[in-house]
Amino acid sequence: MAKLNSYSTGPDETGHFGIFGGQFVAETLMPLILELDAAYEESKNDPEFAKELSGLLKHYVGRESPLYFAERLTEHYGGAKIYLKREDLNHTGAHKINNCMGQILLARQMGKKRIIAETGAGQHGVATATVAARFGLECVVYMGETDIERQKPNVFRMKLLGAKVVPVKSGARTLKDAMNEALRDWVTNVEDTFYIIGTVAGPHPYPQLVRDFQCVIGEETRRQLMEAEGRLPDTLLACIGGGSNAMGLFHPFLDDETVDIIGVEAAGHGIETGQHAASISGGRPGVLHGNRTYLLQDDDGQILEAHSISAGLDYPGIGPEHSWLSDVGRVKYVSATDTEALEAFQLCCKLEGIIPALESAHALAYLEKLAPDLPKDHIIVINLSGRGDKDIFTVADALGVEL
Amino acid sequence: MSETRIDRRFKALKAEGRAAFVTYVMAGDPNFETALEIIKGLPDAGADIIEVGLPFTDPMADGPAIQQAGLRSLGAGMTLKKTLELVAAFRQTDDETPIVLMGYYNPIYSHGVDAFLRDAKAAGVDGMIVVDLPSEEDKELCLPARQAGLNFIRLATPTTDAARLPKVLANSSGFLYYVSIAGTTGAAAPSPRDVANALTRIRKTTDLPIAVGFGLRTGAQAAEIAKIAEGAVVGTALVEQVALGNSDEDKVKRVLDLAREISAGIRSVKKT
Repeated sequence: MAKLNSYSTGPDETGHFGIFGGQFVAETLMPLILELDAAYEESKNDPEFAKELSGLLKHYVGRESPLYFAERLTEHYGGAKIYLKREDLNHTGAHKINNCMGQILLARQMGKKRIIAETGAGQHGVATATVAARFGLECVVYMGETDIERQKPNVFRMKLLGAKVVPVKSGARTLKDAMNEALRDWVTNVEDTFYIIGTVAGPHPYPQLVRDFQCVIGEETRRQLMEAEGRLPDTLLACIGGGSNAMGLFHPFLDDETVDIIGVEAAGHGIETGQHAASISGGRPGVLHGNRTYLLQDDDGQILEAHSISAGLDYPGIGPEHSWLSDVGRVKYVSATDTEALEAFQLCCKLEGIIPALESAHALAYLEKLAPDLPKDHIIVINLSGRGDKDIFTVADALGVEL
Repeated sequence: MSETRIDRRFKALKAEGRAAFVTYVMAGDPNFETALEIIKGLPDAGADIIEVGLPFTDPMADGPAIQQAGLRSLGAGMTLKKTLELVAAFRQTDDETPIVLMGYYNPIYSHGVDAFLRDAKAAGVDGMIVVDLPSEEDKELCLPARQAGLNFIRLATPTTDAARLPKVLANSSGFLYYVSIAGTTGAAAPSPRDVANALTRIRKTTDLPIAVGFGLRTGAQAAEIAKIAEGAVVGTALVEQVALGNSDEDKVKRVLDLAREISAGIRSVKKT
């Protein structure tokens, strides 16, 4: 494949990354999306906006997050040196708040009074409810009924934070359906509502703006590793549902040729079973939720239900920039099954004293295939995108433990 | 573009001095045969144009009634190919009534745009409304459809302002579908006065016939719209009759009875 001069300049002026991305929404939403794009472009050139965001990230979110040398995981695999980017230590326990903080400042700048969001595992819902509470804005979170059942602690957190959690009863009652319902809300409440999308998907400019707000992860990693090791990493590893934590880590390194970049999708019960959430490994390009990207779909173009033990990865699509990075060969996309993620989850608890999110455990799971055969001076950075307190019920259930 | 059945129908109705009754039903709801019965019966029940819903798993602009209709249809094995077969079967007995496919882009993209346009034309489709293809994405399907001699019918909404309207109208043909409220299908009824103001604004930019939809349920409501627009679209209320019917026969009867009632409302309005 021909190499490009740069992999980090997208999207183009029409919101596309190659054939991916775009603005596939109902006409009712189109003027709102154009308004958002204009407001976002304006904020990029506003030093006050940047100053306020960085102040909030430092004093409220708790950035920067540590880049931690995982000594015992490194010893365990006996190969490459493993670092964990500790996004689990952010306020609300995951990387999601980086993006929410950026978007709520945009909402305020645009004079919007009402915030809506979709959520799968509940991490984005909690992060959205948190920033809405912080800025005194009304907040409505759409969440599939199935997810409400498997993520009860997060549902209660959102309610404590003053958000209204609306159960979504359509489709498989998971993240995809929550996103449909949030879009229906937005189509209905066009005047006063700001939709905080939680991942690098949706119509342009969302994939770009969510990425930009998450890039703080990769920028810090670059600086921190330079301090610790005096050089760039050799390999970056992150889990991918929609792909916002991965894009945040990857993007600042896309033009560093020596850095191998690997995204880990959720293989559920195994790609061959059809019960998975690996859009790139097991899907093909299609159009859903405002963008063209790799999707799980049948021969007729009907969207298939995804499956993953991790509610945050349980989505039949992926951010359009990831689809493009896969097609041009810059990022390699692999997958880890439910079982592999569960094993890695337990290993990280036992060896490092860190309970990782089940989502992040998918990235950790790939270490077994990657780390042992690499030399000891090879540096891997994994995005530990969230903490796993929310997942203990799911994990107990999978291990046959009654709480 | 050469004249389509849609163009001819609006011309004839203008001469007749009345507005068009545009009906929407979901292809294959509750099953292929019953849906075909319904569509075959609609022209006699007063429908001037039939929109045939192309079922999709994730209809992000539709309310619960049409969402459920889509799921019933997919559950009964409906696909894009079978939707075109349904249209072809209708065309065997009716070569006059315009058929507009209405749905979302992914099934069409999955089938392949060129193949879709060829197959749709062969089946007797006259135009299409694809909800998630705004004018920003005209290259995808709108321009190829025009090239193939099919009408690409665009939606204008209360959020489409005067600056944006020319862009929305640029490559559209057949008629303009004015979505009378910001919301999903089957939501609250529009205020006729708001609609009248919006149509006055839109007519400064286009000579296309305008059909108004979203939220119309009764003959009386449709009659109000018939006074100010070239067409009134009713979908959700008809689709709900399919859900309410207790047998396939009853479903057909309920849909056609309601269509007759609404048609009478529209036909009661004479325009000069």
